[in-house]
Order: sequence, then structure tokens, then C-alpha cells
Amino acid sequence: MAQVRVTVDGVNYADDVEPRTLLVHYLREQLGKTGTLVGCDTSNCGACTVHLNGQSVKSCSVLAVQADGAEVTTIEGVARDGKLHPVQEAFNEFHALQCGYCTPGMIMQAIDLLGDNPDPDEHEVREGIEGNLCRCTGYQNIVRAVQGAAQAMKPGATADRGAPAPVAGGGN
Amino acid sequence: MTATADPTTLEIGKARTRKEDARLITGRTKYTDSITPHGTLHLSVVRSPLAHATITGIDKSAAEAAPGVIGVYTAADLGVEAVGLPCAWPITPDQKAPQRPLLASKTVHFAGEGVAVVVARTVAEARDAADLVEIDYDPLEPVLDMEAAIAPGATLVHPELETNESATWVFDAGAAGTGGSVDEAIAAAEADPDSIVLKRRFIQQRLIPAFMEPRSAVCDPSGEQITLWAATQVPHILRTMTTVTLGVPESKLRVIAPDVGGGFGGKIGVLPEEMLTVVLAQKLGKPIKWTETRSESLLAAHHGRDQIQDITITAKKDGTVTGLDVHLLADMGAYLGLVGPGVPILGAFMFNAIYKFPAYKFTCTNVFTTKTLTDAYRGAGRPEATFAVERIMDELAVELGRDPMELRQQNWIKHEEFPFTTVVGLTYDTGNYEQATDQAMEMFDYAGLRREQEERRKNNDPVQLGIGISTFTEMCGLAPSRVLGSLAYGAGGWEAASIRMLATGKVEVITGASAHGQGHETAFSQIVADQLGVPFEDVEILHGDTQISPKGLDTYGSRSLAVGGIAIVKAAEKVIAKAKKLAAHLLEASEDDIEFSGGNFTVRGTDKGKAIQELAFAAFMAHDYPEDMEPSLDSDAVYDPENFSYPHGTHLAAIEIDTETGHVNLRKYVCVDDIGNVVNPLIVEGQVHGGLAQGIAQALFEEANYDDQGTLVNGTFVDYTLPSAADLPSFDTATVPNPAAATSNPLGVKGVGEAGTIASTPAIVNGVIDALRHLGVTNVEMPCTSQRVWRAIQDAKGNATQETPIDTHSPGAGLGSIDPNNPQGETE
Amino acid sequence: MIPSKFDYVKPASVADAITALQQGGDDAKILAGGQSLIPVLRLRLAAPSVIIDLGGIAELRGIREDGDHIVIGAMTPYHDIIRDDLVKQHVALLAQATATVADNQVRHRGTLGGSLAHADPAGDLGAVALALEAELVIAGASGSRTVTAKDFFVDYFTTALGEGEILTEIRFPKYTGWGSHYEKFNRTAQAWSMCAVAVAVKVDGGTISEARVGLTNMGTTPIRAAGVEAALVGQSASADAIRAAAEHATEGTAAPSDADAAADYREHLAKVLTGRAVLAAAG
Repeated sequence: MAQVRVTVDGVNYADDVEPRTLLVHYLREQLGKTGTLVGCDTSNCGACTVHLNGQSVKSCSVLAVQADGAEVTTIEGVARDGKLHPVQEAFNEFHALQCGYCTPGMIMQAIDLLGDNPDPDEHEVREGIEGNLCRCTGYQNIVRAVQGAAQAMKPGATADRGAPAPVAGGGN
Repeated sequence: MTATADPTTLEIGKARTRKEDARLITGRTKYTDSITPHGTLHLSVVRSPLAHATITGIDKSAAEAAPGVIGVYTAADLGVEAVGLPCAWPITPDQKAPQRPLLASKTVHFAGEGVAVVVARTVAEARDAADLVEIDYDPLEPVLDMEAAIAPGATLVHPELETNESATWVFDAGAAGTGGSVDEAIAAAEADPDSIVLKRRFIQQRLIPAFMEPRSAVCDPSGEQITLWAATQVPHILRTMTTVTLGVPESKLRVIAPDVGGGFGGKIGVLPEEMLTVVLAQKLGKPIKWTETRSESLLAAHHGRDQIQDITITAKKDGTVTGLDVHLLADMGAYLGLVGPGVPILGAFMFNAIYKFPAYKFTCTNVFTTKTLTDAYRGAGRPEATFAVERIMDELAVELGRDPMELRQQNWIKHEEFPFTTVVGLTYDTGNYEQATDQAMEMFDYAGLRREQEERRKNNDPVQLGIGISTFTEMCGLAPSRVLGSLAYGAGGWEAASIRMLATGKVEVITGASAHGQGHETAFSQIVADQLGVPFEDVEILHGDTQISPKGLDTYGSRSLAVGGIAIVKAAEKVIAKAKKLAAHLLEASEDDIEFSGGNFTVRGTDKGKAIQELAFAAFMAHDYPEDMEPSLDSDAVYDPENFSYPHGTHLAAIEIDTETGHVNLRKYVCVDDIGNVVNPLIVEGQVHGGLAQGIAQALFEEANYDDQGTLVNGTFVDYTLPSAADLPSFDTATVPNPAAATSNPLGVKGVGEAGTIASTPAIVNGVIDALRHLGVTNVEMPCTSQRVWRAIQDAKGNATQETPIDTHSPGAGLGSIDPNNPQGETE
Repeated sequence: MIPSKFDYVKPASVADAITALQQGGDDAKILAGGQSLIPVLRLRLAAPSVIIDLGGIAELRGIREDGDHIVIGAMTPYHDIIRDDLVKQHVALLAQATATVADNQVRHRGTLGGSLAHADPAGDLGAVALALEAELVIAGASGSRTVTAKDFFVDYFTTALGEGEILTEIRFPKYTGWGSHYEKFNRTAQAWSMCAVAVAVKVDGGTISEARVGLTNMGTTPIRAAGVEAALVGQSASADAIRAAAEHATEGTAAPSDADAAADYREHLAKVLTGRAVLAAAG
């Protein structure tokens, strides 16, 4: 067993884990953060994407012990004060999800992408989410949603949405 | 978009954002693997690495001694050797159906078949112990090629059946009296200098549904009803079939399909692992969970397509088609799936498509091989049929020197000819192929692209342009029960719905259709809001739990709206009838004088009235109601459709091919669909986008490849290449402004779940070949990878090239290329 | 899926890492970014008894200028390399090729040293290191040594790293003012390179004065296309001259065959892509 101290969605945890425990399994099984999902075993699908110290990572390809001392944000931690993140809102508004299984990872990667590039064109969005597979949407509405969120997150874009909320420092 | 109810406008037709998103975008989901009752034990399956082998020994001792292991079990240990999984579709009376066991006992018949299971305290311990189970095999010859499998002297997958042929199913329009004899049509065409006979062979490669959520089941035996959560499209069928399979009384079973992460046909089934969780939960008295890994899923979850199609078309030289003969070989894999044998048969009625073929015959032989079994995959039979007919219409156009769209137009059913009874005896109620085509051609700039194509050909441009056409129809809304009966299907095709009017005026709607991403909760709420005149927000759709929704036939075959949605309408009509009676009583008027509109029951010619919410409360209080009614507005309905519905559309693809590398670029994709009346255009568009991506993936990206030993060689997402966002363009999609509404149901809806997948595959492949036709290329097999395209160009030039190896592990190219049976290499 | 059991060590210095590696022996495995190793562990294609995580060694991370070299710590993640001004200015080919590796999430974790030490011939950065004549600094119990990229890549997944040795940094000569391009060809955006070509050229007055060309996935190791380089030098940077030179791309290769590309198709691709890469680099 090894010890891992980690902050997840703003809460501090200290746990003993087997070194082989993947971060995603630690999140799901020990912390009950079942919003983060597992879709493959080769780091292709991106369903497990979370932010580790402000950068998107596939939590199936990180050992829990590697996250020792780190700050993790999952899909369950991006809404603030009961208010959805603009990317979450855009996914609903643009119908960017169907079965929802890729959605947590897709949203986490989209937030990271917009942290890096606040106004991506279609090509940049498609490249930016190439590590996240979706089988339902054909991606078109996901691309729209990411671009829509980019507009909504521009300073002063929409008064009713409030300030944009980069999560844990965005992606840079 | 904010959701505020406006009683003056109809909900149907509104682009409502989805209700179900709230939990899905916040991680507040309940997929099966996220459900872990206290005390849950975990199941891991020990699978055969060999395609065909005799099991000569199983040593469980090391596994049994491993930490955390509760037990290691074979079929014999569990006493389930005689248990066979169900096949619900005996397509012929003499169909050969081998017993499909929960775990192989004597012989394994495909790589990935389970041989033993481990139950342990944690998933990791179960997996560790599974690696310690030692199984000795005596290899047998694999059976991989369908044509070789049915040749005399072939190795038999199941020797006790004495053949690898499961069944041969024939539909002969001549014999059925629905059309002419195709044999006569071919003979006549061969004898007629003004006719031609064209034969082509098309291959439907093997595909993997690859839903994003791996399959999972959790069985908790502790209640009076055994509860089974499953990542399934078919909770109701699963419950009934669990009873049929294991003998657990149906009344002692509760099946729940919680949030389900996609299915595409791949989650229609009764799985050995699901049955094993039930058996082991009962045996051990503890909840048992099984969740597959992605590599297990690609290996052992059922595959789709896999047909050899020999197509003969006859036509007059003026372009009029005169006959179509279809011969299929369909690979069932090692066993018959729940509806697997019927999948190619669903195509039998669609090869004639939108065209007026006077003569038609369909012959399909289902074949056993030592591969993973096949079953439904999005479209199920209809994509295969549409592909073949749309490909051969292009071939005919080339042969006759005609524009492919014009040739189609000459042969399709004109809008004024509906209703039209086709050569297979189906009656297409409505359709307007001209309208969809005109709109699509304009959006696409067909003429402009043809000009550009001409230019590029003339200039010998290294990038050539092709235009691919697919004018498709499909049969949706599975299905009229009598039709299913005539096809010997093991169930009906009805759907059930119930409406509960709550005391406070809110509405609970129970549907037997079980969603896994389609948006039922939103679309059905819109229907109910209109039917009852209640706010959209006041409607709650309940589904996917047999305790809540005891009756249903689930979701597949584009049936949820066209059948399930109509059942809801029928239930709502009953609620209205009851409410009307109550209103008349309370308003002291004759029932004949009560008018219902926008949620209000009024007495004709007066301002006296009651809102439906008031009536719901009055029924709840039951202080004052007519003597000849019960104090309740709640209603149930079961709807059995009388006909299928027939959406159609025109899909056009502009394909650029880099002739130097063979790379295919989908530059533009336009489709105009006529799906009847649209309940929610946002959801419709999403269904079309996703359907297109899957159909395009068949054309360009995906194929399950086996080596000569019967091992699946691309068994991870590294090498089973699903397209990502970076591999696809945005599509130009539309529905026609004046749809030919279905006449077979009161909403005039048809269905849209499979349209994109069915239509797009031939559009892409026709486009690829059209780009290369002038170079002498006549065919490119799917998926049209850069290598296949390059080779086709070289072949047409007369340059000899190597065969394309489909079954080789490259030592490089990442971890997916590392042969699981022979891992090698340093990794860091 | 879950890896087999292993012990985990996270040394704080290179010296500690070498000690751990020596103690771990054959069964020890180094964890760099983990983006290839962890999936391999999950599939249980490898089952080391000890994992030595280099993630705690600060000295292995970072990019610095050292005279006429740019020096990149082995544990520097792709993400940092792509955005580094020194790299963009002096080793632009590396920045461009690194941006094509896998996807964003993987590039946040994956490291240059991990990729080179993994030595998958389909990996993108080996050809870049080879073409650019990078030097690899290797630390062991008896001190540090430097090998050229040419000597570093030995065979499939096999490098000059000996037992108990760790790759610590990669030294790239500056190619300031050179044109460069990485031309990658794959089946889908996520897939590994079927074939790819790394090119850096120096063009003086329309004439190619120096050329460096490396090939990805055309043999058991990354391959230096010396024949192409020789044919390019002294030629005008014209399409015809470049295409003629690109015909030499298959010299010395041993193209593998797999489902995506049989050897003959790969060889054809190597020529076409080499022409395109040089044209783009010289343009």
C-alpha cells in the first residue's frame, strides 16, 4: 500500500491505495466520484478525462499514487455555487450528447481546450478533442457546443451567465 | 433556451433541449458499473484464447488459493451445463441452432468464449485469479471463411449439426404472388438484345457496435425479487428470457436498465455473463457484479454485418429495371444470437428499396464459423440491403452510360403513385422522393461539383473528386406483431404505455421503450404535453425498470416513437375520455357537449370549464364522480402497429481522393430526409449526425479482422479505429419542409434512429469509386482505407502489388500492435 | 482492466533512481509519462515487480540553452516542448512533430525521454531525434555517457540503455533558420503513424545546402534517409528536384507489413511523403 494525499473537487483526501490503482478507479471506487467513467483500456476513448493540476489527463493512464499532492477536478466539480459551467450549459443547449457516456470526459477536455485557446475554429476544436471518442453524436454538435461555450465565456459576452469559470487554472 | 410552457403553441415540432442532460452533464449518472450494493463480489471471466479447441483440462487450484477469491467455477461446478442461451428467431422450421452455453464445457467455438469464472472480493483480485486458472486445450481447425465452411468436407463448427449451414431462407416474389419470377426475368433479359444482366459481389465487412459504455451487470439476490441491473437495450426481454433460460419465475425478477451508454443493437441480447451473475448471486447470496473491459467487449460482445452479397440486376437498355436477384451468405459466428438469424432477413424486404422492380428473389444462407457471434447492429439488415441496391444502381448507370441520379429517378416510385405495394408485398403509405432529391441536389450543388469533377479529370489532378449518391428508404417502427408472427419471430412488436394523473396535476408517463441515449424523456414529454394540454415540465417519463414499467418490448429498430410514442398517445386518449366523462358530471352537462382543448374541458357555448389538473384532483378526492366510472383518470394502452413506416431521403457525398497516397477525404456531405412529422428537430438532427458517422465509419474506417487462426487482431481501440472528431467533417443535414407524413399512425411520424447509418455507407463508397472510375477502378472494398484505394488504382493501371494483409500484427505501431498472445518489447 | 501488482518507488534524484533500478533488477520498470506503459500494464502485456517513477526528479524536467544546443530534460512533457520558445526557434521540427503525437491529454503527461526510451518505431519522435542528430545523455552507476541518436536506437523497443541506466536529457543541435516539416500519415487522427517523414533543410538562395531526413515506422528503428539527403544537397528547392531526391527514401529501410500498410505501400508512401515534407520544409 502507498499513501496518496489529494484534493478532489475542492475536498482533501488521504488514503492508502495499492500502487497499481489507477486514478480513475480511486476516484470512482474509493471517493465515489462515479461521474468520471471508464470506456477503454488503452487510453483512446477519453471518457475518464479529469484535470490534474489544471491540465486534462486520462485518469485511466495515471496511477493514483502519481496524483499524490495534486489537485484533481472532475466533472462533478466544475459547476460552481449551483451554477453550471458554460461548457456544461452549451452541451445541453447544442444537444452535444446523447447517451452521455463520453460527456464527462468531453466536457473536461473542452474546458481544457478553451483554457488554451479561447476562440478555436472548427478545425481546432476537432483536433482539440481528438482524444475523446463519441459513438452517438457524430461530433458535430459537440463542436458547435465548444464554439458556443467559447462565445459565452468571452468577457462580457452574456451578462446572465456571469464570469467565465476556468477550472483549476484552465489548461495552461 | 428556457423551458416555459405556452399553452397556445404545440410542443411537437419544438427544438426542446433535453431533460435528461441535466444529470449527464454533471456526472450525476447511474450507469450499471456505478452501482455497487454493499457486499458486492466481482466476477471475472476466463476466456479462451483459441478459436476452436477441445478443453482437455482445467486447473483451478492456484486461482482458488489466491487472495480474496470466493470461488472459481466452471459450467459443471455451477450445474449449468445443460443451460442454453435463447435464440428468439427460428427463421426456418429446420434452422440448426446449437446450444449456446453460459460457459464452454468440452469445446470452445470462438476466441473469447468463457470457460470459467472467478468470484472475488475486488475486481483486481478477480482479474489476478483469472490469470491463474490454467486451461489446457487441444486445438481444432478454425472455420473462418463462409464459402469454405459450406463446401463439402469442411471442418464443422458443431459436428453434431452435421453442417455449418444454419438455415437457408428464401423469398421469391413470383412464388409469393407479390411480383414476377426473377429467374424468368433473367432468362428474358439474357435473350433480349435490348436488355442487360449485371452481376456484382459486395462484401459487408464484420463490424463491432462499440457502444461507449462497456457492458455490465449487477445482480442483487437479497430482496423478494432478485434485482438485475444491466447495461441493456432490452430490460423487458431480458427479464422474460432470464426466466426462459434459468427458470427463475418472472415474478421473482426485477430488471433495471439504469442510464445506458449507447447500444446501437449491440445491447440487444441475453448475455452469458448476465445469466452467470444471476446464478452466482443466488448461489452465494451476495450481489455479484460483472463489467467487461473494452478489449473483452470488442472480442466477445456480438459483432454486426459480415455478409457476402451476390447481386444480379436486369434492366432494359433504356434504364428500366426488370429484376433483382439477391444471394447472401451471412456469418452467424459460432452460435445464434438472440435475433441474429433474423438480421439478414430484415433486409429481404428492403433490397428493392424505392424502385419499381417487377421481379425479385432473395436467398440467404446463414453460416456458422468459429468467430464471435453476430447480431443486430444499427440498421440490422437494412444497411446491407441499401448498400447492395445503391451500389448496383450506380453500376447499372455506368454500364448504360447514364447519370446515376437520373437512372434512379426513372425507376423510383413517383410521389403520385403512393400508396404503393412493392414487389415484396409491403405497402409504402407515403413518400416523395422527388422533393427530398431536389432539395438535396440544390444544397449539394450537384451540377457544379460534376463540372469540377470534369475539370479535375481533364487536368489529371492528383486529387480527384467523386460524387456518391444514396437514395434510400427503410422500414421503421418494428413491428406489426402479425408480420413478426409470419416470420416466426419469438415475440410481438407492440409497445405499452401508462399515464398516471397525480393528485397535484403532474403527470407520470410509463413507457416500455427503454432509452439509451435517444432522448425519450424529452420527446415523449412533448407528445404528452400536447395530448393532455399540460406543461412540458409537468411530465415525467419513467422507463427501464420492470417494477415501474412492467410491460414493454424495449428499444431497437427505430420503434420508440413510431410504436412506443403512439402507445403513449393511445393512453392519453383514454385519459381524455375519462376526464371528459368526469368533467361532464361535475359541470352538469352532457358528455357530448364537452370540448377538450389546451388542457381545458369546457361546455360548448359557455365559459364553464375544468382544467385537466382540476379533474385529476377531483378524481383523487373522489368525493363526486359518475356512478359508472372508477375514480381515476389513469390509463394504460398497448399499441400494435398495422404497418411499418417508411422514412426515406437523398444523401450525397463529395469525396476527394489523393491518388498519390490513396487517402480519402470526405469534403462535403448533404442529406435531406423525409421522416414524416418531426417531434423534436434538435433530437432528429442529432440522430442523423450520429447515424451518418456510423455509416461513414463502415465505409471508411472500421473492420474486425481475424488472422488465420481465428484470433481477432484488432481487439483494442488502438486498432479498431473509430473515427474521432478530427476524422469527420460537419454534415449539411435537413428534413423536407413538407414531409409525407406517415398515414399508419396518428402522429404521422416514421422514425429516424437508423436512417443516417443506412443511407450513408453506399453514398461514401459510390463516391470513392466515382472518383476513380475514369482510372479504371470498378470496386473498392470496405473499409475504403488509403491502402485499398491505392491498390485499386495500381491494379487498374496494371501494376502488380502485394496483397493487403489484414491479419498481421506489426511489431511497431504502438501497444495495439503487440500480439496479446505474444507480447514483446520494452516499454517505458 | 487493472495492472498486475507491483511495488512503487518514487526516487527524488537520478542517483536514487539508479540505485532503485539496480535493486529492482530485470523486473524493474521505469515510469516516465506512463502514456504507453500504463496501458500496457492494464492489458497485462507486461507485469514488472517494481515501478520506478521518475516523476519526482525535478532535475529531469525542463528546457535550456547550452551554447549551440538546446537541452531537454528526459521528463519534459510534450505539452511543454510544443510551447517552448527556445524549441520553436531552434528546433522547430521537434515542436511540430511533438504536436502530432497522440492527443492533448496524452501530451500533458507523455515525455520526450519516455518516448525515445520506449523506442517504438511507429513513435514520432525517434525519427526527429535521428534526423536532427540529437545526443542522448544516459546516467548509470558509473557516471554519465552520451550516445548519438544513431547509436541509441538498436531494434524494436530496444535502445542503447543498459541495465541500471536512465536517459536523463536529450541535446539537440540548433537548427536556427532551417526550414522543417513533419509529414505524418495515419489511418485515423488517433492512430499511430503508418509512415511519417521528418525533414529539416537549409536553403541558401534557392539551393538546398544541407538536409536532414528521418523516417518513422519504416524499419525496426527510426531510419535516417541518407540517400535522400545526399540527393538533395546542392539541388534547387524545386518540386521536380525534390521529387527525384525523394525516390531514394526507401534505401536502407525494412518496411513492416500490417493491416494498415503492407511493405510495398509503405515504401510508396515513404517516397510521396518525403517529397511533400521536403517541399514544405524548403518552401
